[in-house]
Amino acid sequence: MASTLLATTVKSAVGTDSSIARAVNWLPQALTNVSSNERWLSLAAGGAIAGLCLTGHAPRLLSTILGTGLIYRGLTGNCPCYQALGVSTSDSTNPQTAITAGHGTRIEHAITVNKPAAEVYKFWRDFENLPRFMTHLIDVETTTDGKSHWVAKGPLGIKVEWDAQIVTDKPNKMIGWKSLDGADVDTAGSVRFNELPDGRGTEVRVELKYDPPAGKLGTAVAKLVGQSPEAQIKADMRRFKQIMEAGEIPSTNGQPHGQR
Amino acid sequence: MKALCWRGKKDVGVERVPDPKIINPRDAIIKITTTAICGSDLHLYDGYIPTMQAGDILGHEFMGEVVETGSAVTNLKKGDRVVVPFTMACGGCFFCKKQFYSLCDNSNPKAELAEAVYGYSGSGLFGYSHMLGGFAGGQAEFVRVPFADVGPIKVPAHLSDEQVLFLSDIFPTGYMAAENCAIEPGDTVAVWGCGPVGLFAIKSAFLLGAARVIGIDSVEGRLKKAREVCGAETVNFENVDLLRWLDDRTAGRGPDACIDAVGLEAHGNGIAGFYDRMKTATYMATDRPTALRMAIMACRKGGTVSIPGVYGGLLDKLPMGAAFAKGLTFKMGQTHVHKYLKPLMGRIERGEIDPSFVITHRYNLQDAAKAYKEFSDQKDECVKIVLKP
Ligand SMILES: NC(=O)c1ccc[n+]([C@@H]2O[C@H](COP(=O)([O-])OP(=O)(O)OC[C@H]3O[C@@H](n4cnc5c(N)ncnc54)[C@H](O)[C@@H]3O)[C@@H](O)[C@H]2O)c1
Ligand SMILES: [Zn+2]
Ligand SMILES: [Zn+2]
Repeated sequence: MASTLLATTVKSAVGTDSSIARAVNWLPQALTNVSSNERWLSLAAGGAIAGLCLTGHAPRLLSTILGTGLIYRGLTGNCPCYQALGVSTSDSTNPQTAITAGHGTRIEHAITVNKPAAEVYKFWRDFENLPRFMTHLIDVETTTDGKSHWVAKGPLGIKVEWDAQIVTDKPNKMIGWKSLDGADVDTAGSVRFNELPDGRGTEVRVELKYDPPAGKLGTAVAKLVGQSPEAQIKADMRRFKQIMEAGEIPSTNGQPHGQR
Repeated sequence: MKALCWRGKKDVGVERVPDPKIINPRDAIIKITTTAICGSDLHLYDGYIPTMQAGDILGHEFMGEVVETGSAVTNLKKGDRVVVPFTMACGGCFFCKKQFYSLCDNSNPKAELAEAVYGYSGSGLFGYSHMLGGFAGGQAEFVRVPFADVGPIKVPAHLSDEQVLFLSDIFPTGYMAAENCAIEPGDTVAVWGCGPVGLFAIKSAFLLGAARVIGIDSVEGRLKKAREVCGAETVNFENVDLLRWLDDRTAGRGPDACIDAVGLEAHGNGIAGFYDRMKTATYMATDRPTALRMAIMACRKGGTVSIPGVYGGLLDKLPMGAAFAKGLTFKMGQTHVHKYLKPLMGRIERGEIDPSFVITHRYNLQDAAKAYKEFSDQKDECVKIVLKP
């Protein structure tokens, strides 16, 4: 089992572009779904892969990360492959949101932002701010009646557009929105703000759903939020937190380096 | 500009690279006047830290002159002389507000890499692998400093570069290591490693009221500094049965606190040392915790083990049973440098300490590769090397 897993993992990681970004997509979320025997085997395999990298049998950085990942899996009992296959994940929909259960892509993510709910709500309520941290969005334009026009990046340079309407607006608590008839893609989203006691900031929980229509566009839109919607929303929400808390998104883009 | 680049294990060299530029509003560009090589750089040099890429610019201990500021930096201006903390902190997150600056939530652009290995990511660091941000370091002529409005501290004109440079890392690191020991009057503190961090830990333990400090190493030149400059009792761990020696010197009680200022590349002797070298060489373990094991075993009941020495991965055969049975407290982590800048600058200004005592070698940045080799060889007389661009 461990060796099959190992092979799958190696294939999936080496088969793609071996940049850090790719490896990151592969890196695990947290849920325990690995038996304890397998954990030990993972630790050993992690060590073996780390070994390959130094003997030059695998691209160095990638295999280091891969090895570390396996060691991580062994330590935490969390296997990203199992999660990718959908084992031990659930698809429950919170009844309080504007999103109905069903087909399509549904993602949910929560983070804690070290700011009062009022401030966090205010920033999000202006949908024109969303493209600053949701990188698949090109532009959102709002009008005063709670309607908005969204433009997003699809794969192969296809632009996807839709109009949306705010369906719930509870100041400092929750915002819900959904796309209107005639959209390229049926989408809905909600975000809830829960201010924690004792100045511990605000929990921000976002749920997004994309219901791709049938046909060519549907396939394209299914990939709208990238290869791993979970990784995408996690990164988006991290950027949101960074903008709120630090006023900018940390970056090394364009910094100098020596010969690679 | 010229910058010292990592190329691979035991391979660094000075290369011509583009000058850094402002990327974010809270950035500043600093023209480096003095920089140093740290024991932590040796872990990179020796290939122990994952996610390095050829071409990465090293260096996290540096100071210099502000030459440019981003639009959001109002506290600094062109020409200011500053020391820069090696950890990056946004100043606004939960952790920064608690003064856990090295645990800042918002300064690592590649946090997901560290999260995969550690659960959550610490702050970004200068020149210290992609997992910790992939930021270009300061063993160079210029460096870009993110969050320059909360990090750098201005230097009074009458203090020289060499007196204040180590505020960037090793002085606060030794100081925090001692502070973590919660020293009470009469306490005996044992310090493993008499490298720069260990020496500052010894000095700081005295500053914080320790009655006795014992410095442990095997390099005679370093033990000499610990003894003659820092006032410690010293012992060469290769010449004695260390646990028995410490037990005897504390008359059956053990040191009240033990500081591991060695980290993951500890030299071990005997069977345990051989075992660790085999395990790390064959990737069955990542770190060699020889000093840490000793510190745990030696520490008195209810005492504190303080760990400024860096660990990166999996440690084997740690005597957790002993730690539990003796009710030990563990304190560790990257230094919250920002927290210590002002108070320690104060101690330097008042003449309570002159950190330049650790410096043994001065090189031109151009000769940095040679300096790395010399520092790595740990010849007797080499303790701390500063570089001048
Ligand atoms: N926590 C932090 O923020 C932080 C900051 C700076 C440095 N560090 C770490 O602190 C450690 C020391 O840094 P440094 O610059 O002094 O490094 P260094 O390499 O110059 O010094 C380490 C010393 O430990 C000695 N040593 C090795 N094995 C030993 C053993 N078993 N028992 C006793 N002594 C032993 C060596 O002879 C050497 O003198 C490193 O791990 C470094 O990465 C941590
Ligand atoms: Zn350092
Ligand atoms: Zn912060």
